Amino acid sequence: MMVPSRTRMIRTEGTAVEFAHVVVLAGGLSYEREVSLRSGRRVADALRALDIPVELRDADAHLLDRLAADPPDVVFPVLHGAMGEDGAIRDILELVGIPYIGARPDACRVAWDKPTAKSVVAHAGIRTPASVALPKELFHDLGAAAVLDLIVSRLGLPLFVKPTRGGSALGASAVHKAEDLTAALVSCFAYGDAALVEHYVDGTEVAVSVIDGPNGPRALPAVEIVTPNGRYDYTARYDAGDTEFVTPARLSPEAAERATAAALTAHRALGLRDLSRTDLIVDAEGEVHFLEVNVAPGMTETSLLPRAVAAAGLSLGPLCETLLRRRFT
Amino acid sequence: MEQHSRSDAYTDLYADRAAGMVPSEIRALFAVASRPEVVSLAGGMPYVSALPLDEFGGMVGDLIARNGAEALQYASAQGDPRLREQICDVMALEGIQACADDVIVTVGAQQALDLVTRIFVNPGDVILAEGPSYVGALGTFASYQADVVHVAMDEGGLVPEALEETLGRLRREGRTVKFLYTVPTFQNPAGVTLTADRRTRLLEIAAEHDILIIEDNPYGLLGFDGEPMRALRADESERVIYLGTFSKTIASGLRVGWALAPHAVRAKLVLAAESAVLCHSSFSQLAVREYLATQPWREQIKEFRLLYRERRDAMLDALETLMPEGCTWTRPAGGFFVWLTLPEGLDAKAMAPRAISERVAYVPGTGFYADGSGRRDMRISYCYPEPDRIREGVRRLAGVIESELRTRDTFGGVGHRGSPGVDTPGPEVV
Ligand SMILES: Cc1ncc(COP(=O)(O)O)c(C=O)c1O
Repeated sequence: MMVPSRTRMIRTEGTAVEFAHVVVLAGGLSYEREVSLRSGRRVADALRALDIPVELRDADAHLLDRLAADPPDVVFPVLHGAMGEDGAIRDILELVGIPYIGARPDACRVAWDKPTAKSVVAHAGIRTPASVALPKELFHDLGAAAVLDLIVSRLGLPLFVKPTRGGSALGASAVHKAEDLTAALVSCFAYGDAALVEHYVDGTEVAVSVIDGPNGPRALPAVEIVTPNGRYDYTARYDAGDTEFVTPARLSPEAAERATAAALTAHRALGLRDLSRTDLIVDAEGEVHFLEVNVAPGMTETSLLPRAVAAAGLSLGPLCETLLRRRFT
Repeated sequence: MEQHSRSDAYTDLYADRAAGMVPSEIRALFAVASRPEVVSLAGGMPYVSALPLDEFGGMVGDLIARNGAEALQYASAQGDPRLREQICDVMALEGIQACADDVIVTVGAQQALDLVTRIFVNPGDVILAEGPSYVGALGTFASYQADVVHVAMDEGGLVPEALEETLGRLRREGRTVKFLYTVPTFQNPAGVTLTADRRTRLLEIAAEHDILIIEDNPYGLLGFDGEPMRALRADESERVIYLGTFSKTIASGLRVGWALAPHAVRAKLVLAAESAVLCHSSFSQLAVREYLATQPWREQIKEFRLLYRERRDAMLDALETLMPEGCTWTRPAGGFFVWLTLPEGLDAKAMAPRAISERVAYVPGTGFYADGSGRRDMRISYCYPEPDRIREGVRRLAGVIESELRTRDTFGGVGHRGSPGVDTPGPEVV
């Protein structure tokens, strides 16, 4: 593979940068391919509406050839799931030497692994539900029954089970009765080799998006998610019409302030860049609990970040354009 | 003031019949299945690349040049008269004697299914169907809010005793059975064929209980050995509505199928078709008419048979050598599909994401039942991938099953949590 020559196609007119060629990367082979394609099209359309020439590309066997033959000014990865969020595709972009939007590979790796992200954020002073992270093999080696008993007796019920890596809540479920834990784990192991078993904190589910600006990271208004049947699972995320979003979230001013601060702390502590979305629970006392962070947040019509952008009185296109420009200032 | 919004702002407006129209998380996985990196044993797409595409193109070009004014115009809702005669010739290969007047051309057999259900079924009416049954039919039945009751099937097709038993039970319960929907030959999804004896018995039972049969027969001419089976309709013209299609014998993209129905029913179907689509595409109909008139279509079907037979063999050989103990599967004598049952304690739906990460796709069995059965089963198809890819797909699948067996042994056989929604891919997924 040829490393493209760094012929910058960007023309600078006055202070404004003119993009000649932007690639939005979407698709990939993760379980979230479909969501990613929808996100990618949305971002591409929003940029095209601003007359920015955008090429939408999949992360497939043709990608490197295409990047070499026709190097874009900048890449906007909107790949969800592994490769998109675990740092791998950004490692590749670093190797190829093309600027891109979003966190660097090392930061992605930490954020992608939910137990690790929880530790980092907890060290920065944010609460996160008590949890254990257990690989499938461990249940095999130590005997599932004993491990299950131990989890239930020490973490207590209810619990929330999800793959340690992965997004869109695939393989995630709440456990209210001890006898349902096995099924939740088996579902989880369908999507990954290790499970994060977390104490289920009751409260208001909110997502806080953070965007880097000239004065550092800025939190957008918190989006509250109200699902008729408990947690925001895959179906609730993309298909069920009865999930309700409230912007800004119905929190006391102090709780809202804490949620904002928690998302900013997570963004900084994890060393994220450009954009992130932090999922939190605000309990009845107004305390904030960190659940996870997303380095390639969903951008579909029903996704949380675009809702937060709208709630802030901004538009997705200009916001994405600002991120592109920041790469060159 | 805070803003409230729904993930779907139209939720409160939808009709009851749309209630089941939600995709499941499994369906999202099929977006990956269509990537070339994944061996898809999930799709049911015929291998249309085997057609002489150049000749087909020439034929279509001529058609427009010579007869464009007809091909590009509205036409009768019943369908092109000449084409309907040709359809009767095609059905004659399976012993059916029919009059072109009783044929209506439809947008694939799928539209025929829709129209038949529309004119016969009220919400809550019972439709009998094999268990498992064709997913597209189940979708149609659900959209008319029918109550599908499955009837057991084995290697010899629908089990007559099970049918009698079910009919008796439903009668005692005072339920209205509107019809039996059956795919008697090379069934989708199970790949099995109703034996000749059972065909006779089935028609007797239908007469005794006075029930209508919908015979859906897209694969009848794609048998791998010997002559085509005699259709049910060949021996019973009043009680059977026959559905046919050129999707598997010519090309699925033409969307030309048909229904052959008793006169009175046919008249209603035509009116129903008019309200649905005004009329079928003249262009497609004339392309098929032209193809049947000018191309060696019988030889082409022979070629399809050889092609699918080779793929069936590749799949059965690979299954035989690679599948872990405890798996069982059907051995189709035609058509596109093998039905595979996993060892005790495994769940094909729960396993699907694992399979996708190992880059092989299948359709979990639950999609072929209206009642949540089929968790241990899956449909694997051999119609689209080339033999080498089929072997590779089966190899990957066997690996996934091995690893699931280990998980089962760790946790005991537990089903994973149920989730709502449509579990099967759209028609374009390969
Ligand atoms: C049993 C069965 N019926 C009907 C159809 C629909 O066929 P058509 O393309 O004619 O609509 C199919 C297609 O797969 C099928 O398998």
